[in-house]
Amino acid sequence: MSLEQFKNRNVGTQNYVKLDLDHSPTTGWCQFKQVVKRTFKPELFVGLGVTFREMVNALFRGKMHTTQYPFEKLPISPRYRAIHDMLRLLESGNYRCIGCGLCEKICISDCISMETKYDENQRKEVSEYTINFGRCIFCGYCAEVCPELAIVHGGRYENASEQRASFSLFEDMLTPIDQLNLQQEYAGFGAISPNADENVKSTPLAY
Amino acid sequence: MSEVQIVENMVDITIDGVVCKAKEGEYVLNAARANDIFIPAICYLTRCSPTLACRICLVEVDGKQVYACNSKVKEGMNITVDTPDILAERRAMMEVYDVNHPLQCGVCDQSGECELQNYTLELQVDSQSYSIPDTKRETTNWSSVLHYDPGLCIVCERCTTICKDMIGDAAITTAKRGGEALDKSWKDNMPKDAYAMWNKLQKSVIAPSNGTGSTDCSDCGECISVCPVGALVSRDFVYTSNAWDLKRIPAVSAHSSDGFAIYYETKPAAIEDRREKIFRVTNEWNFVSLDGAARFGYDFENQDVSKDETAFKAAVEAMNKAETIRFNSVITNEEALMLQTLKEKKGLKLYNPEVRPFQNFLKLYNEASGASLYNGTTDTALKCNFVVSVGGALRNDSPGMKYAFNNIQKMNKGAGLYFHPVADKLIPTFGKTVETFTHKAGLEEATLYLLLELFADADKLPSDVKDYLAELGRDNLINMLGGDADAFNKNFEKMMKKKDSFVLMVGEDYYGHAKAENLAKLIVLLEETAGFQVVMNPPKANALGVALICDLDDEATGYTVGYNENGDFRLSALGDAKGDSNVLDMPAMNQQEGTFTTLSKRVVPTNVALEYNGYVLNDLMAELMDAPRETIEWTPHLPTDKGYQAMAFDDMLNTFDNAGRDNRGYLLNVTYDEVELPKVDKFDEADGLDGDIVYRCNPPRQFSDFSDKAHQIFEPFGLYASEDRAKELGEKAEILFKNGKITVDVIVDAKMEGDIVALSDFKSAQNVYELFGASRYQKVTIRKA
Ligand code: SF4
Ligand code: SF4
Ligand code: SF4
Ligand code: SF4
Ligand code: FES
Repeated sequence: MSLEQFKNRNVGTQNYVKLDLDHSPTTGWCQFKQVVKRTFKPELFVGLGVTFREMVNALFRGKMHTTQYPFEKLPISPRYRAIHDMLRLLESGNYRCIGCGLCEKICISDCISMETKYDENQRKEVSEYTINFGRCIFCGYCAEVCPELAIVHGGRYENASEQRASFSLFEDMLTPIDQLNLQQEYAGFGAISPNADENVKSTPLAY
Repeated sequence: MSEVQIVENMVDITIDGVVCKAKEGEYVLNAARANDIFIPAICYLTRCSPTLACRICLVEVDGKQVYACNSKVKEGMNITVDTPDILAERRAMMEVYDVNHPLQCGVCDQSGECELQNYTLELQVDSQSYSIPDTKRETTNWSSVLHYDPGLCIVCERCTTICKDMIGDAAITTAKRGGEALDKSWKDNMPKDAYAMWNKLQKSVIAPSNGTGSTDCSDCGECISVCPVGALVSRDFVYTSNAWDLKRIPAVSAHSSDGFAIYYETKPAAIEDRREKIFRVTNEWNFVSLDGAARFGYDFENQDVSKDETAFKAAVEAMNKAETIRFNSVITNEEALMLQTLKEKKGLKLYNPEVRPFQNFLKLYNEASGASLYNGTTDTALKCNFVVSVGGALRNDSPGMKYAFNNIQKMNKGAGLYFHPVADKLIPTFGKTVETFTHKAGLEEATLYLLLELFADADKLPSDVKDYLAELGRDNLINMLGGDADAFNKNFEKMMKKKDSFVLMVGEDYYGHAKAENLAKLIVLLEETAGFQVVMNPPKANALGVALICDLDDEATGYTVGYNENGDFRLSALGDAKGDSNVLDMPAMNQQEGTFTTLSKRVVPTNVALEYNGYVLNDLMAELMDAPRETIEWTPHLPTDKGYQAMAFDDMLNTFDNAGRDNRGYLLNVTYDEVELPKVDKFDEADGLDGDIVYRCNPPRQFSDFSDKAHQIFEPFGLYASEDRAKELGEKAEILFKNGKITVDVIVDAKMEGDIVALSDFKSAQNVYELFGASRYQKVTIRKA
């Protein structure tokens, strides 16, 4: 369709289709006849029949379609970007985050803050980590930039809170250690592409 | 006396088809940089000798491959930066550097400012052709500040080079890695410079040169700052921040009088504490080297100050009541001008025992020489090839001069003489042609006579001086000053070979000397008859600014207001005002803007790094008399008759250019009047002090209460002594002065020699200046306590 059509404001030259409306009843009697005719059409009972059938299905045959929110939630797409999860390594149970600070840097609403330190094992320890959800716009950049697939978007989409600036700490987002076996690998924004192997050049090793 | 003239011949060279001007004898790399042309280079450090460790600076000169960092420019040279061969070499070198390099940029402190990252990207290394089994290398701490991760080290040798050629400690060196030898087949299958570089790299790591695990050095941290990768980091900074999170604030170091250009690097302290905090200090390491105080003594801010109106009222009252203001040299030019204005308008006395002797000495020198100020700077000193240091504990008092002394030996094939009553084990290690004299305190005039004897042009000397020198005799003078005449004379001949530029460094001992006037005259005589240029070391921080701007008094009388010093009422940036109604908070140097006057006679701007919400001196001024709204509005009013310019603070630059020129602020104008040669006096050998002598001198890295407040400066207040002397004294000593006594801990300074002990003066509360008076040496009784 070209824009020309919208610019042409001359009604008479266009192909308008006119609605073929019945004439409205004119007398009181005619009106009464129309009401009775519409009320007692057999389609009414067809509709009631459907309702009844579904009621029987739901109540007696276990085919309930209503989701019992908030007790029950529908599955959402892995690409949906809700409140963040912090994942752990499956083998050791350690948190994956290495404290590189890239998520903090890339965050366009500047809502991630972290503190790191040199720990007794000579490693970089993430000592504090927060996301301010009053500011987060769920853009997914943090998940995309994370080199460790440590920060990902989870499925928790309820953001209502008592305070506008509610925030989460590292521990709140981290997979509980006893639920490690339930941790899902993330397939959304920033996950490894299916053809990743093809894009990597191999490096010689002298062992 | 006259201005120091530096003549530089310029030649024309062509780099990649562009015709450029370059200083004759300059390295190609520096010439290119000065003309804003980029040549890749990793291992080269301006002001240090080329080591050829990286070889990446390969360029083609008139058809031949050479290293840009060690080939000197010649008229008409034609230089090509990239040829296909050279690009292949460089690419191979970067691949080699990446062999077994840990893939840990994600946690590495250097990430974002890492030269290995940068060059790997610049040369587009996207695949690896080389490999060799890795060697396990353990992370170690070399000192209280140094943290070394050999896994990340690319053995560019920048750290060892700066430590040897600039700092002078030579505390680190390359050591055996114990890695596997390169397979011979590589030799034929890879570019040859890359192979040679790899061969060396594979064999080495860096380690303390004394063979122990610790460097035992001056902890300046300069090796950290030159390290191109994350191998050397300060222990305090490891893993605490990414480079890109830090805000860089150009400033001036508040401790030594060098006025080193630094950057305070800040970010919010923590998630819960959003106040800005300084995480580290960095510098333009190609052009300026810091000492430990400048690098690590940064967290001395006066935190959490708000406007305390009662204290302010009390301060105004105190100022109105005061007869004297006592202060020290940790003060900006602008504040010094405020105090001077108070003196002029309200007749207050200005008492500053730290600077007063220096101011006197400058005046004596000015009268004798006709010059308004000494003619040398650190920059001009670095171009000399003979250096003499008198009257200063080089290692403690003046890091910048120590670096220059050492650098002259290493870079200019120079020679040096060091005269001081306290022997220092480090100075003789600067070079084979360094001679040190450990003379009696009090014989400073004799040192200058010896210098006249050694260097003066006999034709220019007044006849009475000539006669006196003949009477004294060279050998007798040498022996009197603790030297060995025969050995010295032999070496001195060598030292004088091919020497044409001489610099005399004058230290603080001279300023408060009983014979200061004669010393100043002798210095002038040395300038006139032996062609020495002179650099004086202002005692601390902004001592030169205070000396030029303020008209100081000899003593404090009556009600005294102390500014960071003792007093009946105190203005203090030391954070001790809370709960004390006799103290008003002031901003510390990292919370103020203003200017400093450096040893090199440069007026340099410093900026605010940390928040301060209390009252400043200018507020007090506004209350007491007319004052502008901002402190920096005083800047253009600094006294032009003392050499300052009417330049506004905001017009001052704060940078170095690519050629390394210091463009910060401006240089003081120095005027030179013609005067006659001064008449000098003879000296008395009996002035030499014997017995228990204590020297007022701080440990390196300590200058004032402010350096002491910093958490990475560990040197305690106390009595520093050589190992033997400390053993005699035991753990604590009581020192009895003529006018008081003090009991202090005895601390070993392993680099000191002899029996003279050094008492710190950096704690104003201890009032050490009062015990000593003007002279830095005092005969005392020392008892075990
Ligand atoms: S990007 Fe990933 S690994 Fe890096 S700090 Fe953020 S969560 Fe941790
Ligand atoms: S030194 Fe540089 S290349 Fe090596 S891990 Fe650190 S940032 Fe990465
Ligand atoms: S520690 Fe740093 S500066 Fe020293 S050789 Fe290694 S990479 Fe170079
Ligand atoms: S801290 Fe200074 S003196 Fe010590 S090893 Fe490093 S550069 Fe040398
Ligand atoms: S910079 Fe010239 S060899 Fe490294």
